Amino acid sequence: MSEPVISLRGVRAELGSRPVLRGIDLTVGRGEVVALLGANGSGKSTAVRSVIGQVPATSGEIELFGTPRARFRDWKRVGYVPQRTTAAGGVPATVTEVVSSGRLSRARFGMLRKADHEAVRHALELVGMADRAKDSVDALSGGQHQRVLIARALASEPDLLIMDEPMAGVDLASQEVLAGTLREEVGKGTTVLLVLHELGPLEPLIDRAVVLRDGCVVHDGPPPKAVGQHALPGHDHVHPHEAADAAPIRTGLLS
Amino acid sequence: MEILNYAFMQRALLAAVLVGITAPAIGIYLVQRRQALMGDGIGHVAMTGVGLGFLLSWSPVWMATLVSVLGAVLMELIRWYGRTRGDIALAMLFYGGMAGGVMFINLSPGGSNANLTSYLFGSLSTVSESDVTAICLLAAFVVLVTLGLRRQLFAVSQDEEFARVTGLPVRALNLLTAVTAAVTVTVAMRVVGLLLVSALMVVPVAAAQQLSRSFAATFAIAVAIGVAVTLGGTVTSYYQDVPPGATIVLLTIAAFMLLTALATPLARRRAKAAGRPAGDPAECVLAESPEQAVPAGRRP
Repeated sequence: MSEPVISLRGVRAELGSRPVLRGIDLTVGRGEVVALLGANGSGKSTAVRSVIGQVPATSGEIELFGTPRARFRDWKRVGYVPQRTTAAGGVPATVTEVVSSGRLSRARFGMLRKADHEAVRHALELVGMADRAKDSVDALSGGQHQRVLIARALASEPDLLIMDEPMAGVDLASQEVLAGTLREEVGKGTTVLLVLHELGPLEPLIDRAVVLRDGCVVHDGPPPKAVGQHALPGHDHVHPHEAADAAPIRTGLLS
Repeated sequence: MEILNYAFMQRALLAAVLVGITAPAIGIYLVQRRQALMGDGIGHVAMTGVGLGFLLSWSPVWMATLVSVLGAVLMELIRWYGRTRGDIALAMLFYGGMAGGVMFINLSPGGSNANLTSYLFGSLSTVSESDVTAICLLAAFVVLVTLGLRRQLFAVSQDEEFARVTGLPVRALNLLTAVTAAVTVTVAMRVVGLLLVSALMVVPVAAAQQLSRSFAATFAIAVAIGVAVTLGGTVTSYYQDVPPGATIVLLTIAAFMLLTALATPLARRRAKAAGRPAGDPAECVLAESPEQAVPAGRRP
């Protein structure tokens, strides 16, 4: 394996004072597609949020493209899809306006040139939303919101895509569109780290699965064959599924 | 236009236009971040600045700018670190700021709450030459930030977590938003008053949203509404001898109600033009097969 794109060594993190990651190791090589699996509360979202710096790691080392995360500045190489159920904010915005903010990492002083507008349009075509470019995001369905969020991540033409539950709340048709988009990106050599609740339509794309439980890595290897988290090693079924599905809408706008 | 013959009205109208531009221009980002009432909080804190200005015989406008900027920075810091009891800390800041203002102004020689009233509710006849200079400089700063950094502020206000991954200096931009909001409060203080300033930051944006689908259009319409109501309110208060701040705010709310009433038929017409039904379709029809239930364009 060449130089890893993402490398976590002994990463610990806390939310409040509760330890959420208890020393995890995770390596994603160039061109790899790695799924991060685990039950709710296992720390998979915290793991990716520590990679992008949204959650501070209390100890351990995090590197992106071989550079320690604190010194990493080459953000245009990273596309991020946060865990969201909506792309909307408190003020109306068009699909193009939202996706354009994904291009800012490549724009100088926030000025978008012709090539930038082209890239935004191309990203919308990739997720099949070019015909909705001028529509307000308020008018979109759940699956379309997720497609907009993915287009926003693709707008900077990243080498690495980090996605936190991109399939949550997405109807089957949109799931297939997203799987197709991802297949194209992977074909171009993009490295992908995905947080997933279950493998679903993305299963054929995934090279490796890393399973977390209680903030520790309990499996790192080929993806589990059976579908869903019931098949995961150590799945002890202590949580009611209704509660898991009814997770509160987190827009991140109030925190 | 005899109204323009008076120097004090010229100053008042200039100040009014600048308030009409700046308040919605920064307000739109506050609404986008769902912090619509932040301007109100800063207004309360600015009262301490006005009081200190009287006590120390410095310009109340510049003193209010200084104190409200400090207050806004403090609020932003509370938002970062004091997640659990942030609302309580903010409440203390707001009411401490108001109490401080009343205390300082009563301690100052010859000062009483009467001096404070013109700052709380706005007053046209008291806008001085030096006030206008200060307002012009501060308004230029607000316009520069809200227009010059619109893409960055949009990204941070829309989705802070994502903005971090585009490499934007999220904390610096959050602080800049808070400082710009504080500056806007002091720009608007002389015309609409500290207790009403937040209305001009929020209501024109809410009114513009009734008509617009994009952020850019919302911005433009909100500023247009802002300028229209501040000019309209100022002129009305000259002819009818009513307080300008209250007139402006009531006009803004009237504009909101008017646009809300217009919005529903407009949305319907737009939907018809786009060939899509507005909201729910008139009636539901069952598809004959499961395949037909998924529109052709969406099928994998």
